[in-house]
Amino acid sequence: MPSISRDEVAHLAKLARLAVTEDELDLFAGQLDVILQSVASVGDIAAADIPPTSHAVPLTNVFREDVVRPSLGQQQALSGAPEAEDGRFRVPRILGEEA
Amino acid sequence: MIRQTAAELAAKIHRGETTSVEVTQAHLDRIAETDGKLNAFLHVDTEGALAQARKVDEDVAAGRTPASPLAGVPLALKDVLTQEGIPTTAGSKILEGWRPPYDATVTRKLKEAGIVILGKTNMDEFAMGSSTENSAYGPTANPWDLTRIPGGSGGGSSAALAAHQAPLAIGTDTGGSIRQPGAVTGTVGVKPTYGTVSRYGLIAFSSSLDQAGPCARTVLDAALLHEVIGGYDPMDSTSINAPLPPVVAATREGAQGDLSGVRVGVVTQFSGEGYQPGVLRSFEAAVSQLKELGAEIVEISCPSFDYALPAYYLIAPSEASSNLARFDAMRYGLRVGDDGNRSTEEVMSLTREAGFGPEVKRRIMIGTYALSAGYYDAYYGSAQKVRTLITREFEQAFTKVDVLVSPTTPTTAFKIGERTNDPVAMYKADLCTIPSNLAGNCGLSVPSGLSDEDGMPVGLQIMAPALQDHRMYRVAAAYEAARGPIGGASL
Repeated sequence: MPSISRDEVAHLAKLARLAVTEDELDLFAGQLDVILQSVASVGDIAAADIPPTSHAVPLTNVFREDVVRPSLGQQQALSGAPEAEDGRFRVPRILGEEA
Repeated sequence: MIRQTAAELAAKIHRGETTSVEVTQAHLDRIAETDGKLNAFLHVDTEGALAQARKVDEDVAAGRTPASPLAGVPLALKDVLTQEGIPTTAGSKILEGWRPPYDATVTRKLKEAGIVILGKTNMDEFAMGSSTENSAYGPTANPWDLTRIPGGSGGGSSAALAAHQAPLAIGTDTGGSIRQPGAVTGTVGVKPTYGTVSRYGLIAFSSSLDQAGPCARTVLDAALLHEVIGGYDPMDSTSINAPLPPVVAATREGAQGDLSGVRVGVVTQFSGEGYQPGVLRSFEAAVSQLKELGAEIVEISCPSFDYALPAYYLIAPSEASSNLARFDAMRYGLRVGDDGNRSTEEVMSLTREAGFGPEVKRRIMIGTYALSAGYYDAYYGSAQKVRTLITREFEQAFTKVDVLVSPTTPTTAFKIGERTNDPVAMYKADLCTIPSNLAGNCGLSVPSGLSDEDGMPVGLQIMAPALQDHRMYRVAAAYEAARGPIGGASL
């Protein structure tokens, strides 16, 4: 199994939207490597002919009647928002400077 | 009064010998007196609890039938389940101050049953941990020894029970977070069959494994609570549309003390290296007791169970990395670094960095790695195959025996701080409990006495096939009656 480098941890953190610090990169690089090595043994018994299980209860396409039901009101839905404006969630800018 | 079982308290309340307000106040007083030392509760809802208690008392005074056999009895709710208007954090800074606008189905059922919710209990952040040390709000202490952990992730609930702060509690079990805390605090914890207790309003960690369940000091109290919270729920698309197993009736049958004809399988993989000798001695004594009660004891080998822990620590983080993407600083919860110049993506990254603790970050990154192109087959794909093998071995085992037994956890409660810098050592606390989660089966932990070397509680784990929860209650109730009292926590 490949060992995981500091650069790879930085890449994972970026993918996972975690602005980790330099100190954390050092800490996590070591720890993730140990964890991944300790779980890599799953490959030892996972033969090609074994079907994967994603879920203990094999359910597909659970349908319900398409009926109108009460839902959260606007005020309730916004009650936990970090910022709201005009009955909407207010978010930081979503486009780059050049856009 | 606080030493009594939930069943006893309910009977007295319903007969008018005491009131729910009196019982609730006694537990609130106990919390006020002891929680400075324990830190079992993140929030105590004094007013809400007493209001619910008064409602039950009015029903009793007016001669109305109580809403359930547990109406009027107080309960501690793990902080991973939403309760409308009550702070719900899942042990994380990222949800500090959040007041959910809705009740989880479990919460709604508790309220409808007239159960008094005292407050929200401490836990490892997003239920990731085996010691409650990963809570952003400080660790919880074990009432048997304040220098030791109360298990995790549901350490607040188990500590509250052991310290008589509440006679009932709710936990959630993804890899053992109900059973392992039960074992190390000398209390009863049950992971019901996956899909039999609704996950609606349970803040998701690993959706294919998460399961809420009852915690109590006796098997009967757990069974009574199980029947309150269980059942089909259209709000949870993985809910099983089948009748709930008759766990209360099975408990009463088991309490008669006869296990003739019951075949009990001892899982041979769960002993040997890494197991504390005192835990194994307690387990062997429990197995002898089951034999005396008439059970037939068989040894069962499940070789793939040795791979359950690594499979779990790939599957659970993979699902977590996806589930925790919802904490994006936009709709609820913490927002950090929004200075008017930074982009949404930057604010998101800064918020998640500030709001998540180290274990949550580790698991998100492990999950991201295991799911990424190039590594998927070796890690997540292989783990899913192991899951198939474990499920098959359970199926084979249950053609030979009715229930499987093992120690709930390899050691008694370890010291606070002992494993915090060694994630892999911490993960081993869940060695025996994880297979049932992977297969979607049910599992229960009942105290089997104290370990002779450190005087700390040990748990006997009883496992049964999916939708056969009543089997393990029957065996646990018979064992509990034969075992007798194990003593109580010193606090």
